[in-house]
Amino acid sequence: MPVFNQSRSNIIRLIFGALFLVITAQLFNLQIVSNKYKRQAQENALFQKRIYPNRGIIYDRKGKAILNNAILYDLVVTPSQVKNIDTSYFCQLLDIDTAEFRDRILDAKFKNGPFRPTIFEDLLPPDLYAKFEENIWKFPGFNLQERPIRIYPFNAAAHIMGYVGEVDSTILKRSNYSYQLGDYVGRSGLEQYYEKQLMGQRGIEFWIKDNKNRLVGHYENKALDTAPVAGKNLRTYMDIDLQQMAEKLLGNKVGAIVAIEPKTGGIIAMASSPDFDPNLLTGSDKQKNFAKLNLDVRSPLLNRAIKGQYPAGSTYKPLGALIGLDEGVITPASGYDCRGYYYACSHPVKCDEKNAGHAATLRLAIAHSCNSFFCNTFRQTLDNPALHSARKGLMKWKEYVNAFGLGHRIGVDLPSEDGGNIPDTTSYDKDYNHSWNSCTMVTMGIGQDKMLVTPLQMANSMCIVANKGYYYVPHFVEKVDGETNVDTLLNRYKTKHEVLTHIPEDVYDVVISGMQDVTEIGTAKAVRIPGINMCAKTGTAENYLVIEHRRTKLKNNAMFVCFAPRENPKVCIAVVVQNAGYGAAWAAPIGSLLIEKYLNDTLSATSAKKMEQISNTNLLPKYLVRLQFVADSSRAAIRAMQRHDSTNYMKYINPSTRAMMLDTLGRFKNGVPVPPVNPMLKPKTKIKIKEEDPSTR
Amino acid sequence: MNQKNAAISKGVDWSIVWIWFVLCGIGVTSIFAATYHEGDNIFQSFVSLKNDYSHQLLFFIFGGIIGTFILLTDSKFFTATANLLYAFGILLMLLVFPFHTRVMGTESIIRFGNAFQLQPADLCKLFVNLSLAKYLSRVDTDFSKTRSQLIATCIALAPAVLSVMQHELGLALVYFSFFIVMFREGLPANVLIIGFSFAVLVVATLVLDKNVLALILTGIAGLAIYILRRQVKRNRGILIFIVGIWFTCVGIQRFVVPFIFDHVFQAYQVKRIYDAIGKDYVPKDEKAALEIEQKSKGGKKDGNYNVKQSKIAIGSGGLIGKGLLKGTQTRYAFVPEQATDFIFCTIGEGFGFVGSMVLMGIYFLLLMRIVTIAERQRSVFSRCYAYGVASVFFFHLAVNVCMTIGLAPVVGISLPFISYGGTSLITFTIMLFILVRLDADRQMVLR
Repeated sequence: MPVFNQSRSNIIRLIFGALFLVITAQLFNLQIVSNKYKRQAQENALFQKRIYPNRGIIYDRKGKAILNNAILYDLVVTPSQVKNIDTSYFCQLLDIDTAEFRDRILDAKFKNGPFRPTIFEDLLPPDLYAKFEENIWKFPGFNLQERPIRIYPFNAAAHIMGYVGEVDSTILKRSNYSYQLGDYVGRSGLEQYYEKQLMGQRGIEFWIKDNKNRLVGHYENKALDTAPVAGKNLRTYMDIDLQQMAEKLLGNKVGAIVAIEPKTGGIIAMASSPDFDPNLLTGSDKQKNFAKLNLDVRSPLLNRAIKGQYPAGSTYKPLGALIGLDEGVITPASGYDCRGYYYACSHPVKCDEKNAGHAATLRLAIAHSCNSFFCNTFRQTLDNPALHSARKGLMKWKEYVNAFGLGHRIGVDLPSEDGGNIPDTTSYDKDYNHSWNSCTMVTMGIGQDKMLVTPLQMANSMCIVANKGYYYVPHFVEKVDGETNVDTLLNRYKTKHEVLTHIPEDVYDVVISGMQDVTEIGTAKAVRIPGINMCAKTGTAENYLVIEHRRTKLKNNAMFVCFAPRENPKVCIAVVVQNAGYGAAWAAPIGSLLIEKYLNDTLSATSAKKMEQISNTNLLPKYLVRLQFVADSSRAAIRAMQRHDSTNYMKYINPSTRAMMLDTLGRFKNGVPVPPVNPMLKPKTKIKIKEEDPSTR
Repeated sequence: MNQKNAAISKGVDWSIVWIWFVLCGIGVTSIFAATYHEGDNIFQSFVSLKNDYSHQLLFFIFGGIIGTFILLTDSKFFTATANLLYAFGILLMLLVFPFHTRVMGTESIIRFGNAFQLQPADLCKLFVNLSLAKYLSRVDTDFSKTRSQLIATCIALAPAVLSVMQHELGLALVYFSFFIVMFREGLPANVLIIGFSFAVLVVATLVLDKNVLALILTGIAGLAIYILRRQVKRNRGILIFIVGIWFTCVGIQRFVVPFIFDHVFQAYQVKRIYDAIGKDYVPKDEKAALEIEQKSKGGKKDGNYNVKQSKIAIGSGGLIGKGLLKGTQTRYAFVPEQATDFIFCTIGEGFGFVGSMVLMGIYFLLLMRIVTIAERQRSVFSRCYAYGVASVFFFHLAVNVCMTIGLAPVVGISLPFISYGGTSLITFTIMLFILVRLDADRQMVLR
């Protein structure tokens, strides 16, 4: 009996063995062959937390931080931990109602699940933060989470500093995916241009998360973590006080100011108006504010100092003189008998001075800004007998002007600079079918016609004049903290551009003397600063704009270029006030005030008064009101058509509100019509009110 | 005293006792690794009896004490009380119906207060094993007779039926492992082959489209007739036999399997079976869908999730593993049920391929040793009992490990000596120590 069936024990052993073989094979497959599971385990349990370094700080020339970092706090909620909280008190703190509270909690659950923290309210204002900090223990499930943001302590230099925003797909692609979605990156200004220096190096922390995606602890005791490296600080040439003053002076005006230190090319101030508070683009209402700024027809986001293209007007004249002198078509003693018009071409060119002898010499012609003299000089330059043709003359002239930095991008360290326009023969060939002569573009001699320059170029050309022949590419950043010399980014700003050294110094002296005379006896004598020898040139440029399909002549642009002191130029300034009128009236005082402030470090009492007066003057072109109205009402109309909701649109149709919105004469104040000022009517209205008073009682 | 001690330890197979000790040690360590919380005082929590590993340690010690008592017992005690114990076991299982507590879908657990719970279906394996051995070793049992075979089958499967009625499918399946014992004692191989074929057919039914499967079956039948055409000419009986088999197979595939799935199994069990073979289960009606949803709501994700996480945990262990307490998957609760049914993940992740192979090696050693012991018994009772122990261990091991590595459906079957659970550990320990006791008296003929 015992021996019976004994062979079957081997079969059983075989079955047992087979199982172990199968298990071994599968374990081998899972643990040795397949890599999939290791990766999935990492995805399951590892969380790579990116640690963002502080971005670099931007300092001005005196070491004040213009762009700094601050920490704001987000209120985050982990829905599953929210228990027994005083909802009404909580809502009262945040100024929301309980329904909104419930909605947001539901929203958070939906977004990130109940176990992970979700932002409940982002970027708490400091006072609210203080309240929550004090009471956070009363609200289990709620936490305050740090969020570094950029702040602009001086509320100034918005266009120059730029702002940071989330990366978009193009930046992602261009960066070869070194950025990730949700990263912040400089989107304009220095923030964008010096992104690499400012961003620093991200750190990575490996965290372990559990089955509910909660972070449990550091992985491998931080052995694999890399610490973030803070961004490098930028030292700029800017003078934030001057910058603020420049922005203030441009208040309620459209225009731009550029102030450059000629010896280094460092930009001391660069203002563009209308501007905006840069802090608008950092806080929680960033998106909303950006949309608002973007829809403003006055384009506050546009940096007119590098993108605004203006006819140079009379500010070009010193350059015209230098070219004429160097070409030998005029001498310092040359003059022009101007009687108010330049008649040599078919269309007479008007000159603002009529009295004889105002252009007796070059120096006088500059001082009095004689149009006839410079039209003549320009024509002589083009028709230079040495060159045999106006065509060659124009190209030669263009060569000079380009060398002065006009007609091409100079290469300032800001993104999207514009180059202005200096026309060449092809453009005239096209317009005039190859038949043109020096008379065709004679007004180019006084900075009109097709010549367009940016305020930066104007300031830079003054640097060349002040330096007598050389310039450094204008730039903001003097040095990057901790940057070695290997970096080539700033080297191009350290090279001297000696472009016009063939013009001898005494020639420059003549022109500079003429420019000094502008402030002594000429167009800008009203803005002379006692004790400072300022060389300047005013400009009043005609300009046209296509408004509603009509080429409209607008009020003249006021321009002013200057440098001071004459003996040792420390600052060159270009001022453009769009559609303001005479350069001497509006631009020159601004330039002079800035020079006074920069060189003397203070303003005299009269200057301070003048400054207030200028900054309070509203010179916004009136057509902007209409343009804004057209833009807004069209948008409202489209919306009304698409959504069948005309509530918003009605106010553009209603005659009274319409009149208010289109008002440019100050007839309304805060939506209430201001009664016409008529001294005869005043007592009457007063009596009327008195009569009404008892009846109402 | 010394003499008596010598008498007790005489003939005891210490290798088995050592293997038991090592396996239980691994078990406590694994449960510790799976449930330890960062920052707990290790010593304190082991003594505190507040967590799983301290409980398991207690069961381990308790098991050791019981084992010692068993070694002190006379072997004849087991033969004498086998049938009585069986009756007791069945009674316990019947008592479950009025007194059960519903825990995680099964209705097979009786609770005594909060601390202790008993699963009679688990304990009953032991009694079935004794009783079956007793029946097979009876002098008047002629196992070559169908009647005896049927009685033996009834003894083995009666608790299985009760277990299914308690919605405890996993433990019910365990009782099928006793067919290995019967096979050893002379159950025709055909029965096992037919059983195996049936299993293959059921799986094929699930995996393949029913018409395709019917075509395949028809093809196989046609092929068989073609190959055996000479014999068929001589003997029409073969043809009828083949057609009969074909008819049965198609019948099973068409009607029996769907019937079992719809009426015998719970919807969630069907889903788990589908999950194991990697197919989506579409609940037949709203009630079944609701039931599945309820199952997955109670903290327990569906079987597919369990298997996936378990495979990730084991797979991420690599060659030598991440080390004790370093496994991210098991430490942070990605694998559900990791102290009980999925305890193998902790070992697979913590100690990798090498560790898993060592554990499997120990089990293999244990099984081979038990078979060797079985074959050296003089009495049929001891041999049958030994094979019963081996079969139950084998089945637990096969289903549990295959389940964690994605080769078998998820059914709640523990890993012997390692999974957390008092009943399970004590039952296995008693089974093993009775074997050691019987083996110590292998020269005796027990009936």
